[in-house]
Amino acid sequence: MEVTNYAVLASVLFAIGATTVLLRRNAIVVFMGVELMLNATNLAFVTFARLHGDLTGQVLAFFVMVVAAAEVVVGLAIIVTIFRTRRSASVDDVNLLKG
Amino acid sequence: MTATGGEAALFWVLAPLMVLAALGLLFVRRAVHAAMCLVFVMVSLAIMYIAQEAAFLGVVQVVVYTGAVMMLFLFVLMLVGVDASDSLTETIKGQRGIGLLLGLGLGIVLAGVVAQAAFPPAAGLGLANEVTNPVGLARILFGDYVLAMEAVGVLLVTAAMGALVLTHRRRLEPRRTQRTMAESRVRALPRGVSLTPQPTPGVYALNNAMDTPALDPAGEPVEASVPRVLRIRGQQRSVGALLESERATVEGE
Amino acid sequence: MDNVIGLAPWLVGFPLLGAAILLLGGKAADRWGHWLGVAASAASGVVGFILLAAMLGLPDDGRVLDHHLWTWLSAGGLDVDLGIRLDPLSVTFVMLVTFVGTLIHVYSVAYMAHDPHRRRFFAYLNLFVAAMLTLVLANSYLLLFVGWEGVGLASYLLIGFWDHERTNAVAAKKAFVMNRVGDMGLIAAMALMFATVGSVSFADVLPAAAGEAGPAGRLEPSTGTWTAIALLLLLAACGKSAQFPLQAWLGDAMAGPTPVSALIHAATMVTAGVYLMVRSATILEAAPTAQLVVVLVGGITLLFGAIVGCAKDDIKKALAASTMSQIGYMMLAAGLGPVGYAFAIFHLLTHGFFKAGLFLGAGSVMHGMDDNVDMRGYGGLSRFLPVTAVTMGLGWLAILGVPPFSGFWSKDRIIEAAFVGEGWQPWVFGTVTLVGAGITAFYMSRLFFMTFAGTRRWDDDHHPHESPFLMTAPMIVLAVGSVALGGLLAIGGTFTTWLEPVTGHVEHHEPVLPVWVITTLTLVLVLGGAALAFLQYAARRVPARAPHGSALTRAARRDLYQDPANEALVMLPGQVLTRTAVYADKAVVDGGWLGLAGSVTRAGDQIRKAQNGYARSYAAMTLAGVLVIAGVAGIAAAVTQ
Repeated sequence: MEVTNYAVLASVLFAIGATTVLLRRNAIVVFMGVELMLNATNLAFVTFARLHGDLTGQVLAFFVMVVAAAEVVVGLAIIVTIFRTRRSASVDDVNLLKG
Repeated sequence: MTATGGEAALFWVLAPLMVLAALGLLFVRRAVHAAMCLVFVMVSLAIMYIAQEAAFLGVVQVVVYTGAVMMLFLFVLMLVGVDASDSLTETIKGQRGIGLLLGLGLGIVLAGVVAQAAFPPAAGLGLANEVTNPVGLARILFGDYVLAMEAVGVLLVTAAMGALVLTHRRRLEPRRTQRTMAESRVRALPRGVSLTPQPTPGVYALNNAMDTPALDPAGEPVEASVPRVLRIRGQQRSVGALLESERATVEGE
Repeated sequence: MDNVIGLAPWLVGFPLLGAAILLLGGKAADRWGHWLGVAASAASGVVGFILLAAMLGLPDDGRVLDHHLWTWLSAGGLDVDLGIRLDPLSVTFVMLVTFVGTLIHVYSVAYMAHDPHRRRFFAYLNLFVAAMLTLVLANSYLLLFVGWEGVGLASYLLIGFWDHERTNAVAAKKAFVMNRVGDMGLIAAMALMFATVGSVSFADVLPAAAGEAGPAGRLEPSTGTWTAIALLLLLAACGKSAQFPLQAWLGDAMAGPTPVSALIHAATMVTAGVYLMVRSATILEAAPTAQLVVVLVGGITLLFGAIVGCAKDDIKKALAASTMSQIGYMMLAAGLGPVGYAFAIFHLLTHGFFKAGLFLGAGSVMHGMDDNVDMRGYGGLSRFLPVTAVTMGLGWLAILGVPPFSGFWSKDRIIEAAFVGEGWQPWVFGTVTLVGAGITAFYMSRLFFMTFAGTRRWDDDHHPHESPFLMTAPMIVLAVGSVALGGLLAIGGTFTTWLEPVTGHVEHHEPVLPVWVITTLTLVLVLGGAALAFLQYAARRVPARAPHGSALTRAARRDLYQDPANEALVMLPGQVLTRTAVYADKAVVDGGWLGLAGSVTRAGDQIRKAQNGYARSYAAMTLAGVLVIAGVAGIAAAVTQ
């Protein structure tokens, strides 16, 4: 089995995550889609670290995890705040920027 | 480098399941189920990390993602309402078609790039992991990337502060203290509200339930000792019947 | 002279200060404001008198003084000093303006006694006096222009003084706009002077016209240039003095209070054009063609005003037509060259007195007849307004040119001067002035007889009465002037000698006809005109309603169709032009830009729909962008390989 299979898997997961972001309306599920995309990139990083014999890829994946953790904290706080004021977690209900 | 047979087996077992679970994110109605699908993908990823000589990341993946992030997700889901199921009918015209098309296109482009690219022979991490994977990582993290490490630390603190600020609720009325409560009770006296707590229900040898009234010093039942709800429903017991049955029990011995 | 010339700025300063105090003083000044106005004008007159006395003490050749005050502006090659030119000409005007002006101020105190805005009226009168004095005292065309515009403004404000009536406001606007046409000429003339001579001050331009080198040492301007300058100056003079073809505003200007008509539209402001011509005499002499045009303009206006005057039943409009005609005499004289300048100014001076007196008399009659101006509603008023009748009668005799009244001494000399020359010109111009004198006699007599002689034609609602002393006193003073001033200044050539430092010494020229023939002819024509008027308007009964009349009469009633002519020749093409411009602006310019803006708006509307507010839509677009970039990059990579 080629190592690049992992990369293909990462691509597929990333595409599925992106599609989730586009199609789901529940803000939390949309957020999960974002997490899936991040995880897919992490898998790619790890795969390429192995491919090149360089641990820097893993270091970057580590940073992605930390930043993702911070992002989740803030993002969920925003979702909670919106839910409190609008009693809804649908991203379509927040469309005040309509042109 | 070709992976070993064991790793190949692991991959071919896990990868389809992971894709299925990821597709679950797209198609299940309930957010909780989607979260569980995502947990499965993440744990599987952790396994794959370990298989790919990234033991430290595998552990961190479990601890941070499945342990912290996904728990946070579930926590928020509980807060928002577990039952909040998503209607899958699309509201934005054409969004579903466009989204599927774009997602498919993205997958094809990415996979195409990966398939097209000519990779060098995989080097493997045997050399880098000679001092064990965590130590190897730590040397790079605290060597080349020490500034980024510090910046990320600041970022985490900021994010925590941001979450606090965002979810903070401003107090709109003065705090209710013991004193204010006592004062309000005194103010309520003229409306016939008792200053003291209501008397407790009666305690008898064979019965200490809520539905039995207490007896005053004259031996008469006290109405107020039974909760109002029971009284309205007519579920309180009469004291006489109770005392009668007690006497019968005593005498029966 | 040196010790009093410092007073000269106060000539302008007093009335200007008066106007400022009256305008800014508010209601507090209502009680004493009119007397302040009188005092300011009188103070200016006293200063003028002191200067006159000082000037008389100077030798003849030292009577032209340029009093430099300060440098007004210095821009590039243009240096204009703010200064005062004191010479016999300007001092004559100063005396006329301040003396007649003060009398009319006094008259107005009574005439405007019941007007709630009397203080404002006096402020404008003072403003006018200040502007007129600036005009005549200026030592450069630019400063003259300031006064020129100032009198235009004061005239506008005073014609429209009772602007609650729409017609008055329209008349004021008409005067203002027609004056602007003339002002364009003055501005253009100044531009030409600066371009050729390099200066706009009298001290530089006038010698240059006489052939001396200019201050900038430029090439001597050609005769053509001087002709252009002179004609532009004439245009300015026509605007201010209501000369043909810019005469239409003067009749409507009678919408103002009568003292205004007396001061501004008879005695002073309208004579500014004559002043400009005489002041620019050297330029005119450098341009013989322009001189001829000046004479023609004067002659046409002279007859024009006289004919119109014969048909007018409105006493003030008849006097206005007469003013126009008399100023035509002055213009004609000014165009005749050195032989006429002194007589132009002399006639201006005497005319200032008797025309002011006539106007004040008309005001007095209106005062007694409840502001009725239709002479067909007068008749036999001499018994009720004896002082007015006598003073107006003296003015009437003066304007007729009956010896020994003022008008005789001035008008007769103009007629004589018109007969001086060679070729066809003396015969034509002489005849015109002679005929004009006859017609003048007719219409002025008509005015006088219709008002004071004959039987009463007013109904019982009117109670004619003599005006108060404050009104009759100025009339009496002016009547005395009308009687005596001409003879006093003319006998022995006092006035012509006095003006010589400005107009130059003139050798006596023999007219083409002997002088006694001209005088006799004039007197015969004048007597004929007066007799005709007597037969028609005093001996016979005057119909209370105007008869249909001949075609000429009807035309004269309508000011010889000056307004329709103006409308057809100027207003209509102008309106067509503006309408076309507006249409072009709307269709082409606006259409183009609005179309562009509209298409941008419509495009924006379409693009706006993409901004539907849904985050997922935006995410889809972002992803599409990523795919496009990836696609392009992929194609580029494929191509380069």
